[in-house]
Amino acid sequence: MPAFPKKWLWILLALAFLVPLLQPLLPDVVSNYRLFLVSTMIIAAIAVLGLNLLTGFNGQISLGHSAFYAVGAYTAAILMDKLDMPYYATLPIAAVMCFIVGYLFGLPALKLEGHYLALATFALALSVPQILKYKWLEDLTGGVQGIVLSKPDVPFGLPLNEDQWLYYYCLVVMVLLYWAAANILNSRSGRAMMAIRDQYMAADTMGIDTALYKTVTFGISAAYTGIAGALSASAIAFVAPDSFNFFLSIKFLIGLVVGGVGSLAGSVVGGIFYVLVDNSAQALSTFVKNDLGLQFDLSAYTVFGIILIVLMYLMPMGIVGGVYYLVRSMRSPGAKAREQAALKQRASS
Amino acid sequence: MGTSRRGFVGGVSALALLSSSRAAFAQKKYDNGASDSEIKLGHCGPYSGPASAYGVIGKGIEAYWKSVNDLGGINGRKINFITLDDGYSPAKTVEVVRQLVEQDKVLCLFNTLGTPSNTAIQKYMNQRKVPQLYVATGASKWGRPKEFPWTMGYQPDYHTEAVIYAKHILANIKDAKVGVLMQNDDFGKDYVDGFKEGLGQDAGKVIAKLVTYEVTDPTVESQIIQLKDSGANVFFNVATPKFAAQAIRKAADIGWKPAQYMTNVSASVTSVMKPAGFDNGQGIITAAYLKDPTDKRWDDDAEMKTWRAWMDKYMPGTNQGDANYVYAYSVSFLMQQTLAKCGDMLTHENVMKQAANFQKLRVPMLLPGITVSTSPTDYYPIQAVQLQRFKGETWDLFGDVMAAEGS
Repeated sequence: MPAFPKKWLWILLALAFLVPLLQPLLPDVVSNYRLFLVSTMIIAAIAVLGLNLLTGFNGQISLGHSAFYAVGAYTAAILMDKLDMPYYATLPIAAVMCFIVGYLFGLPALKLEGHYLALATFALALSVPQILKYKWLEDLTGGVQGIVLSKPDVPFGLPLNEDQWLYYYCLVVMVLLYWAAANILNSRSGRAMMAIRDQYMAADTMGIDTALYKTVTFGISAAYTGIAGALSASAIAFVAPDSFNFFLSIKFLIGLVVGGVGSLAGSVVGGIFYVLVDNSAQALSTFVKNDLGLQFDLSAYTVFGIILIVLMYLMPMGIVGGVYYLVRSMRSPGAKAREQAALKQRASS
Repeated sequence: MGTSRRGFVGGVSALALLSSSRAAFAQKKYDNGASDSEIKLGHCGPYSGPASAYGVIGKGIEAYWKSVNDLGGINGRKINFITLDDGYSPAKTVEVVRQLVEQDKVLCLFNTLGTPSNTAIQKYMNQRKVPQLYVATGASKWGRPKEFPWTMGYQPDYHTEAVIYAKHILANIKDAKVGVLMQNDDFGKDYVDGFKEGLGQDAGKVIAKLVTYEVTDPTVESQIIQLKDSGANVFFNVATPKFAAQAIRKAADIGWKPAQYMTNVSASVTSVMKPAGFDNGQGIITAAYLKDPTDKRWDDDAEMKTWRAWMDKYMPGTNQGDANYVYAYSVSFLMQQTLAKCGDMLTHENVMKQAANFQKLRVPMLLPGITVSTSPTDYYPIQAVQLQRFKGETWDLFGDVMAAEGS
C-alpha cells in the first residue's frame, strides 16, 4: 500500500486544526455535538490503527482488541477516580499497562496461528467484561455500575469549550501516535514486522527474531488500542463493562478492513467510517422507509450490512486502496490493466 | 436568540388578543423542542444487541404517540417521538443522547432504557438541565432530587420491592432460613440490599446462603443444589426470566420444596412460569403493579379492553401476552398527562415541575388502588405493589396494596 502523499497530509492537518475555530462564525455547522462525534472518530481511528499494526503489518489476527480497549479505559478511569490523577497523565500509564497485557498475551499466542489465534483473542474479548464485574475487583472497577468520571477541563484558561478542547486533545494524541507508527514501520523493525507477515519462514531464516517481534508487536498494538480506550473514558466520562462487549472488536475489524488493511491512512478512514455509518445507518433506514416511501422495514444493522457488502465488492482493498487505484487508473489509462491484474493477485493471495 | 423575550411575549399577547377564541393573555413559553405545532421527545433503547428483547418497549411507545397524534395531539401539538438504537452500550448511549439533545433539540428525554445507559447520561442531562423522565429501569438511584433534580424513575424500585418481600417473610414464616439466588449485577444487588434492609439486624442470621450467577452462565443448577444443601426453607429467586425458570424447575427436580419468592422482573407467565412447569411453580409469591394481560380476571375490565383495542389497532400482529406493551402504554400515559399539564409553558423547567407534582393520579393498567404520586422531594412515581401467588395457570392477587414507607 502506498504512503499517503505528504502535501495532502499537511493540508488535512491544517484543516483539522483550524475548522473547530470557525465555531463562532458557523455555530450550526461546527456544533459541539459534531466536534464530539469527530472526537469519537479520532478515538476509533487510534484503536483501528493499533489493530492495523498487528493485523495489517504483522499478519496476526485479533478479535480481542475490545479487551485492550477496556483495559486502557479502566486503567484511566481508576487512576482518575481513585487517585485523582489528571486525565492526561493517565494516557502513558494506560499505554504501559496495555503494552504489558498485550505482550504477555502475545507469548502464548506465539504457538497459535491464523484461526486459532482468532479464537484465543475472541475468548479474551468475551472474558474481560466478566472479569471487570468480578467481586474481588469490584472496589476498583465499580462492578456493573461502572465508574462515573468528569470531562476534561480546559487548561491554561484557553478560550475553548469542553468539546473543542477534547477534540484538540484527541487530535494531538492521534497525530503523535500516527507519526510514531509511521516511523516504526519505516525502520528496520517495521520491515522485520512486515517480512514476518509476508514470508514467515524466510524472515526466520534471515535471522529475524520472529518470536520477539511478534510479541512486541502485540504489545505495541495493545498499547495503541489502550490509549484509545483511555481517551474514550475521558470523552464519554463513564466506563461500564457493557461498553466493551465483543461487538466492539468486530467494529474495529470492520474499520480495519473497510479503511484498508496494512495502510496507516486507511486506519484513520476506517475509524471515521464506522462511527459515521454506525450513526447514519438508522437515519438512512428511516429515510428509506418514510421519505422514499419504500415498504422495506430495514433495521439499522441491515443497512450497515448492505453498505459493507457493497463496499467490499467495489473496493476489496479498502477505501484507501480503492481510491488509490482509482486515481492511478484515471491518470494513466494504459496502466489500468496492469493495476487490475495486480489487484486480483493481491486480493487472492 | 433572535428575538428578545419581551418582544416575543408581546407578539404572543397581541396574537392572543386578536384570536378571540383563545383565553386572553395565555402565556406561552417554549424551550428547545417545543413550538405551536410540535413537541419533540427523545428516547433511546436497545433495538439491537444482548438486551434487544426490551426493544418492544420503544415500539410500543412509538405506537402510543401515533395514537395520540391521530386524536389531535396534546393541546393541539403533535408529538414528534425520536427513538434511537444504543445497543445497550453506555458509550453509545452518550453519543445518541447528545444527538437528541444537541442536534434534534428535544424538549426532554423519555423512558430511556437500562441502568448502565442511564447512569452514563445522568450527569450530562443534569448539567444541561434537560429532563430525563420516567427512565426504564427499576434501580433505586433514580429518585434523588437533591443531587439530580432532572432525573426521575417510574416503576417501583427493586429496593422497595425487596423490602416488602422481607417483611412478608418475617410476618408469615416461622424460623425462616432464606436461600438467595442473585444475578451478579446492579439489578441483583439492589434487590439483595433491599432484602437485607427489610430483614433488619437479623439479616445475617435469616439469610442461610447467598449464591450468585453471571448473566452469561448457561445454567444455575449447581447454585440451586448449594441452596438446597444449606437447609434453607425459603427461596428468594433474584433472577432474570430465563434463569428464574431454570431455578424453579431445578428446585422441583431435586425435591427442594421451600416457600418461594420471586422478583417482579420474572413474573411473566409465558416466559417464566410455563417453561418452569406450572406444577413446579404453584405457590410462588411475587409482586405486581401492572395488570397482567394473561390474567383472565381482567377480561371484562374496561382498561384492559381499551388496551386490547389499542393494541389491535396500533400494534397489529404482536404478542398481546407481552407485558412490556402494558408497561409502554402506562408510562406513555403518564408522559402524556405531564405534557398536558404543562399547557403552553413548554419549558424544561416546567416539564420537570409538572412531573414532580402528581397527586394520586390514576394511570390505566396499574393495579386497582395503585396511583402515581410525586413531589419536589419524592421522585418515585409508583411506590406500591400487591403480592400475588401462582395458582393453576396464572397469578392470583392477594392481600392489600402495599406501599413502602417513606424511602
